[in-house]
Amino acid sequence: MELLMFFIFGVGAVAFALLMVTNKKPVNAAMCLIGVMFCLAGLYVLLNAHLIAALQLIVYAGAVMVLFLFVIMLLNVEEKEGRLAVNILVVQSVAAVVVGLVFLTVVNLPKTDASFFAGMGIPDFGTTKAIGKMLFTEYLLPFEIASILLLAAIVGAVILAKRRIDDAE
Amino acid sequence: MFADMIESVAKILFIFTVNLGFFAPILGWVERKQSALMQDRIGANRADVGGFTIIGLFHPISDAIKVIMKEDFIPAGAEKLLHTLAPAISLIPAIITFAVVPFGGQYELFGHHVNLVIADLDVGILYVFAFSGLATYGVVLAGWASRNNWSLIGGLRASAQMLSYEVAMGLTVIGVMMVYGTLKLTEIGAMQESLFHWGVFLQPLGFILFFTCAVAENKRAPFDMPEAESELVAGYFTEYSSFKFVMFWMGEFLEIVTIAGLVTTLFFGAWHIPFVSDSALVSFFHFAGPNGAAVLAMLVNITTFFVKVCFFIWLQMTIRWTLPRFRYDQVMKLCWKMILPLSLVNILITGLVLLNG
Repeated sequence: MELLMFFIFGVGAVAFALLMVTNKKPVNAAMCLIGVMFCLAGLYVLLNAHLIAALQLIVYAGAVMVLFLFVIMLLNVEEKEGRLAVNILVVQSVAAVVVGLVFLTVVNLPKTDASFFAGMGIPDFGTTKAIGKMLFTEYLLPFEIASILLLAAIVGAVILAKRRIDDAE
Repeated sequence: MFADMIESVAKILFIFTVNLGFFAPILGWVERKQSALMQDRIGANRADVGGFTIIGLFHPISDAIKVIMKEDFIPAGAEKLLHTLAPAISLIPAIITFAVVPFGGQYELFGHHVNLVIADLDVGILYVFAFSGLATYGVVLAGWASRNNWSLIGGLRASAQMLSYEVAMGLTVIGVMMVYGTLKLTEIGAMQESLFHWGVFLQPLGFILFFTCAVAENKRAPFDMPEAESELVAGYFTEYSSFKFVMFWMGEFLEIVTIAGLVTTLFFGAWHIPFVSDSALVSFFHFAGPNGAAVLAMLVNITTFFVKVCFFIWLQMTIRWTLPRFRYDQVMKLCWKMILPLSLVNILITGLVLLNG
């Protein structure tokens, strides 16, 4: 059952990713990206990381991608017919090979050390409570730094948007 | 293992029957009757079988027949695939979010542990937010794929509105989570056995804010900007007909049920009758033997829960026919400048009280 679900979500993620890259219509490509994120959320659930899966759906699929779609629809991006420049294609294939190698390594990592998670001594691994406790004790500093970074980004976005209104007047 | 399967299938079938088989068709009739009552009209009472109208209850059936017979029209310039997918994308989240809402307590039945909720997830309420967030796509895509300017404006309004109210709604329930210390809706429900522990008494501000956000998230009047008939024809579903149109309509009604279920679970004691605990129910029904008592207690739980749900459905219908539509900037101002700061204040006060308590 678990293997079957893994194949459904795994194959789904790869298929949606391929469709996203090859699709010429921006809205369809964005929808495929949402499909990828949905499948990734499914994979997180299989890894027992329910909270991460829910957050993946809320933040990425639910909020970020809606804004993507919003912008695409507002700008009314036309579908562009065009050929990829050859040198870009070379760079892309090199990047693809590197990413593929990294991915293969990551996939093979658990095989070499099956007791990876069990050895960490966390019985309630992946639950909201466990993650919350970790965030506010062991990883408090990185957590706070990330919050400050996000706050800075929000303030920056507000200032950027505000300046444009002032210029227009 | 086998008993678990039977239990899950039974629960899923039950919720499917209640939501899709009962609430979805009946609520259309309720909405018409409610509007007729409030506007001093007689209302839906024309459909009859052999002269009997039973206060218009044949209307859901005749509506269904009419709708299935109609032409399924796709505009010439529309994106066929997305135009067809959009109603499904907005209906499916409305159906599956009810999975985490508990409709009864936990009992022992023939030595098998029965938990009256389809999926008792650790992330609980976050699951609801995750899937109600996906419902936005149905509306946005419907607006865009129709190649109609009214639809597009409706879709854009919907995306901004639903996104904003989702943020505020997430913050309004944080107070509830802090008070009960859990995300699981079953645990939140179980903790409201005593009347004085009901969410509405512990989180009165949270209740008002959550309910407002939920109605706005469902895009019903006074928040029906995305479909505003007087401005946008019918908004994002202008170009829909036949069963696809009904799918939007069913999605809206099922969301009403889900909202009512969530409000009941979070703020109004879930499946509990005030001052009557689950164990008291079982001992009250002890004459029926241990299994019979469990079954009867379950039935009482389920009835109590759905009576409360019906009350909140009625409340939403009344709001729908009482208040006039807001202006778009008012809707946005209400969200970002009033509900959001108020819910932050609510979190602060809850935190201070918990710290001292």
